[in-house]
Amino acid sequence: MDFALNDIQQMLQDSADKFIHNKYDFETRQKHSKSELGYSEDNWQLFAELGWLALPFEEEFGGLDGNATDVMVLMTELGKGLLVEPYVSTVIMAGNAIQRCGTDEQKAELIGSIVGGELKLAFAATEAQAPADIKAITTTATGSGDSVKINGKKSVVLHAASADKLIVAARTDTDTIGLYIVDASAEGISAHHYPTNDGGRASDLTFKDVNATQLGDSNDVAAAIQAVLNDAVVAVSAEAVSLMDKMLNATVEYTKVRKQFDVPIAKFQVLQHNMVDMFMECEQARSMLYYAAITIGEGNAEAANKASQFLKWKVGQAARLVGQTAVQLHGGMGVTDELDVGHMFKRLTMINTLFGSMDYHLDSLVKQRQAA
Amino acid sequence: MNINFSEQELAFQKEVQTFFREELPEVVQEHINNGLAFNADVTVAYQKALYNKGWAGTNWPVEHGGTGWTSTQKYIFQTEMAKAKAPRQIPFGYSMVAPIIYTFGSEEQKQRFLPDILSSKTWWCQGYSEPNAGSDLAGLKTRAVRDGDHYVVNGTKTWTTLGHHADWIFCLVRTSEEDSKQKGISFLLIDMKSEGVSVKPIITLDGRREVNEVAFQDVKVPVDNLIGEEGKGWTYAKVLLTHERTNIAGVAVSKQRLEALYDLLNAPPEGCPDLKQNSVFMGRVLQVEMELKALEFTDLRVLSSVSTGSAPGPESSILKIKGTEIQQALDELYVEMAGIYALPFVPEQYDEAGFEPRIEPFFAPNAAPHYYNNRKVTIYGGSNEIQKNIIAKQVLGL
Ligand SMILES: Cc1cc2nc3c(=O)[nH]c(=O)nc-3n(C[C@H](O)[C@H](O)[C@H](O)COP(=O)(O)OP(=O)(O)OC[C@H]3O[C@@H](n4cnc5c(N)ncnc54)[C@H](O)[C@@H]3O)c2cc1C
Repeated sequence: MDFALNDIQQMLQDSADKFIHNKYDFETRQKHSKSELGYSEDNWQLFAELGWLALPFEEEFGGLDGNATDVMVLMTELGKGLLVEPYVSTVIMAGNAIQRCGTDEQKAELIGSIVGGELKLAFAATEAQAPADIKAITTTATGSGDSVKINGKKSVVLHAASADKLIVAARTDTDTIGLYIVDASAEGISAHHYPTNDGGRASDLTFKDVNATQLGDSNDVAAAIQAVLNDAVVAVSAEAVSLMDKMLNATVEYTKVRKQFDVPIAKFQVLQHNMVDMFMECEQARSMLYYAAITIGEGNAEAANKASQFLKWKVGQAARLVGQTAVQLHGGMGVTDELDVGHMFKRLTMINTLFGSMDYHLDSLVKQRQAA
Repeated sequence: MNINFSEQELAFQKEVQTFFREELPEVVQEHINNGLAFNADVTVAYQKALYNKGWAGTNWPVEHGGTGWTSTQKYIFQTEMAKAKAPRQIPFGYSMVAPIIYTFGSEEQKQRFLPDILSSKTWWCQGYSEPNAGSDLAGLKTRAVRDGDHYVVNGTKTWTTLGHHADWIFCLVRTSEEDSKQKGISFLLIDMKSEGVSVKPIITLDGRREVNEVAFQDVKVPVDNLIGEEGKGWTYAKVLLTHERTNIAGVAVSKQRLEALYDLLNAPPEGCPDLKQNSVFMGRVLQVEMELKALEFTDLRVLSSVSTGSAPGPESSILKIKGTEIQQALDELYVEMAGIYALPFVPEQYDEAGFEPRIEPFFAPNAAPHYYNNRKVTIYGGSNEIQKNIIAKQVLGL
């Protein structure tokens, strides 16, 4: 047993830590978040140079062969900055899907451009009525090969506005779920782009007879999509655990300097206990993250799916307590737009709604047990 | 023991229902129908309509134009108002400064201020908190120094809700450094148009301007604007706090929100998850419903003891804590109900009727901003930690 980082992970951690430290203070993040694009293209090119865009891909296609634990290490650091670049969308979801399903030709073409920082992607898989359920996908794909037509609606597709291509999941004529490559500017797509509550960007996309190419040889890839979602859960959970740590630290520091009734409010025992509760939740969430990242990285589908549900529930629950307590202990300052604590709270709340909330996963786990 | 309304009360309920159904100004009704945010103009239009009906001073004594309603009538009114999804009366004039003025103010002050508050001609804001005086309000530093027939006020108030719309601000100010912290505090009314008053926005987590920092630099305030005696401000403010307990739990609004949530669950709009099949979620909804039912009866117990003239029992102390906990639990349920559509940040669609393109389900993008913003309810009005300190000391004798 060993929870220490290997050399590559150490390198990832160091480079990401340096990046956030030097280039990603809160004001800069806010500036990028509010810019027209919603993130920094310069940062994206830097990500390419640092090799982060290559992380989960096979070496053969220019990747670093990283697995879920490597993603966890990188996202733990990047998460500290409240990252607004479309890293999870392009690399951890869409790129990952290409890696898992694409033909060698597609991989050579697309992964190379992702790694080089030339291609951005969005991943439009699950749908609004069931944000974590691949079986519930209603968008349809008719035809095969490079003459597929897509019809349907994908809601709140993260970073679709900046994407060159979309990887879309759709139901086939034979009732399987396939993945399709769609040009973001293809005819028949109508898009409504908007900012999100956590400083990011997303879009509602309606597809009407949109031309698409099947990703890979199989049109039955639900299991691969689930694996992609599991990796995405690890990525956003790593981010969440970092944010929780930061909120705990910020709260501890704030209560030591904020004085009321002539003493630092940290002297009030009830607040001390609140912070101890935050601390325990941070550690429990981190432990669950390690368990899930390791299990998901090992690749047994059943174990991985369960681990991802455990993780998403634990992170949702811990994030709620840590986020709410941090805001509460900051008093009025906690509900202002000015402090980064509030923005971390917002991001944590939105992470819970992505890829199935804690209520969704707990209910799903209950039902699995009842059926077992 | 019974909870039935009398004939007269039932008739009153009908009258209130008719008012909310048929007599609201068009602009108010439109905002309600379209689920839009109530801005200052709409709120004033609503308050004026209440005034014209004779219902603006819910808690005021009749002699000052109040309704003279019994607590049951107030309860009925609150319930129907919530059901109608009407705006709330901005409390700073109606239920914060007015009671201070009619209880402790001079005859001249009553004449001067009360009619305009009642008719919604003037908008008031509350200047208690300061950057370094929040929970420890008595630590406030804004100074008012007597200079002939004026005070000269210097200092900074903060978290001033809707101060950017206000004509007047009522302030706790320090008039003496010698007495105890509390004894040096006075209650002063300040015209926001006075020279030296500046108002700076503070943006809250929902991206909106709701609160402000209000700074006073050598602001001249006539001595006539002092309420009661110098140094008694703290006592007046305290009396108000214990006096103004009606509706602090917000039961009526929470009941309405719970009902609306069940409507969404029974017929989930396209784009919402079918949460009725999710027993974890339903369990949480039911827990809120049961807590709320209990709180409703706690509230009724308080109302009933007040209306029979006895002092409310210790149960009144839990209204704020439990009420705000339930409000925040409802916020969480709404974010869950919104599903993935909790993500879009589109405040514009709540400001302007017919804004295009809008997100459907319409309610969903408002769920998270509301949840974020509403973290305030356990912080302001005496934070829930402070409330518990008070209960421990005053109720349990610890
Ligand atoms: C949206 C909003 C609107 C507001 N509107 C107004 C307004 O219109 N006018 C106005 O005057 N004020 C207003 N307030 C101010 C509000 O009353 C204060 O925020 C509140 O009193 C808390 O003060 P603080 O923010 O300085 O927090 P602090 O007092 O610094 O408290 C920080 C934390 O410490 C805890 N704490 C403090 N003392 C103790 C203790 N003894 N024991 C245990 N825990 C303790 C608090 O509960 C809180 O969790 C508003 C606040 C908000 C957020």
